[in-house]
Amino acid sequence: MADMAVANVATFDAEAAGARRRWVAGRVVIYAILVLFSLVYLMPLVVVILNSFRDLPEINHNGLIAWPRSFSFDSWFQAWGSYCVGGTCQGVKGNFFNSLAMTIPATIISTALGAINGYILSKWKFKGSDILFGCMMLGVFIPGQLALMPWAYLLGKIHLTNSVYGLILIHCVQGVSFTTLFCRNFYVNIPDDLIKAARIDGAGFWRILWKIILPISPPILIVTVIWQFTGIWNEFLFGVIFTSGTQQPITAALVALGSGGLTVHAYNVASAAVLIGALPPLLVYFLGGKYFVRGLTQGAIK
Amino acid sequence: MTQSIAGTGVPVTSRASWREKLAAATPFIVLVPSLVATLIYVFLFTAWTIYISLTKSAMFPVATFQGPKAYFDLWANARWNIAYNNLFLFSIFYVLGAMGVGLLLAILIDQRVRAESMWRTIFLYPLAVSFVVTGTVWGWLYSPDSGIQMLVRSLGWSNFNFALTTSKDTAIYAIIITGIWQSSGFAMALLLAGLRAVDPDIIKAAQIDGAGPFRTYTRVILPTIAPIFIAVMVVLLQFAIKTFDLVVALTAGGPGLSTTFPALYVYDMMFQRGQIAQGAAAAMMILAALAVVLVPYSLWLVWRRRREASNG
Repeated sequence: MADMAVANVATFDAEAAGARRRWVAGRVVIYAILVLFSLVYLMPLVVVILNSFRDLPEINHNGLIAWPRSFSFDSWFQAWGSYCVGGTCQGVKGNFFNSLAMTIPATIISTALGAINGYILSKWKFKGSDILFGCMMLGVFIPGQLALMPWAYLLGKIHLTNSVYGLILIHCVQGVSFTTLFCRNFYVNIPDDLIKAARIDGAGFWRILWKIILPISPPILIVTVIWQFTGIWNEFLFGVIFTSGTQQPITAALVALGSGGLTVHAYNVASAAVLIGALPPLLVYFLGGKYFVRGLTQGAIK
Repeated sequence: MTQSIAGTGVPVTSRASWREKLAAATPFIVLVPSLVATLIYVFLFTAWTIYISLTKSAMFPVATFQGPKAYFDLWANARWNIAYNNLFLFSIFYVLGAMGVGLLLAILIDQRVRAESMWRTIFLYPLAVSFVVTGTVWGWLYSPDSGIQMLVRSLGWSNFNFALTTSKDTAIYAIIITGIWQSSGFAMALLLAGLRAVDPDIIKAAQIDGAGPFRTYTRVILPTIAPIFIAVMVVLLQFAIKTFDLVVALTAGGPGLSTTFPALYVYDMMFQRGQIAQGAAAAMMILAALAVVLVPYSLWLVWRRRREASNG
């Protein structure tokens, strides 16, 4: 905006100089505000990273927000393998693997189902399929609290309480609404003529899926996988209610560790544990940022 | 149900037509498992929770019907009223705060700044991290003996007070600030996408008419992206209504009951206090709150689409 103003008044030198000065001042203000906000946004992350390498006595003496005067990897080893969380002293490594064992299958299954459902609901519509799609979309909005008692009963019946498999089941059922929505909205934009031509050539349901749909799907599949992975990894409510102790995913273990009673906080170990819990979604975010943002926008607007 | 799909009126006469019918029914058959699971999840689970809320269920679900008593008990409960008031207070400040900060950042980034993707990455990363992690870390920062207060005091302002989480009156603001920190990047990303989609000709026309940058934004650009504001607001309100992890990790509902929320109340009633019926009633209230936000929004979307269709 400001540089257009420059172009308009360039005929008058004095005015141009004034505009130039205003433009520079504007730039300074813009960058100053951006830097200020960046500091606020980065501060917690930087603090946690630094504290995970500091000694506890030094943290207690100088406070959490201070430049490190000690350095060691001890907290990381303790957090990973020997710190006491909820009665057992094996660190969060078991919880980390629980989260992986829960998140990876649930992500793959819900994404695969969503892709096939989306393909059907956009390219193989039948009488009433739009209404069924509408009903499935209600699943996106149902609050988790509403499903707690039914899940508790159901998981008890099929003997999946306190098990990663129970959580996988929950996340697949609850995730499929979202993945179906994402994929259907993507496939709807593929020209129907493409499918018609393939059907005239004798290709059936599976062949079209395999030869036409899947090869053009990577963008939406990446978005869906990223969305599901971060969402399921970060989920807490079901993890804390339906599992306990060594079966808990990492989010539940972190809360158990953070509210560890009256003992003095081992901030350094806790910082390392928090980072271990935050690392996978952060990695996904930094590696697939473009797709992450695209998923956000699609999830919100559609 | 498969029969009604397959039963298109053509009598089954040969193996070939059977195979054709199977082929025709394949999409539906493949859809059935997801469909059944989702419909059970959406309708049966909701009906189930409604039913439980109308029974005498306490430690365990029982079938003894007692009518809407649990709902009366719920609204008579002081704790629930705190939870509901907190939800209102939190929703208002959190939504306005996240949208205000998000809009400011989006407008700044839209001024053709250098290293745009770096700024975006910085402002959006909190969204990738779980509420549990955010809540835990901010809980440390708020802690008066080791966090922000200690830092500022050690810099010389020895009377500086910043102990939001230790007082019943202010703990809710700690949650609001943390919520804004986590979600304003989301508002920024969506609003920035909206700003980028505004027709440049409209902006040029406004500038030719002599509108300065401020007027161009308030009179031309922002009104055009109003639908995005509403979408962001609806999503943030949904986050607010479902708020659970953040509070559990940050204050665990305390000090006292001062930061309890409806979602915490449900958890507490169902799994800590053995009052399942009342917990179910509270869960229904959360659904009602979501419906208050989402039903008008959906109707508005439909209305707008119809109007666009009739105009265009």
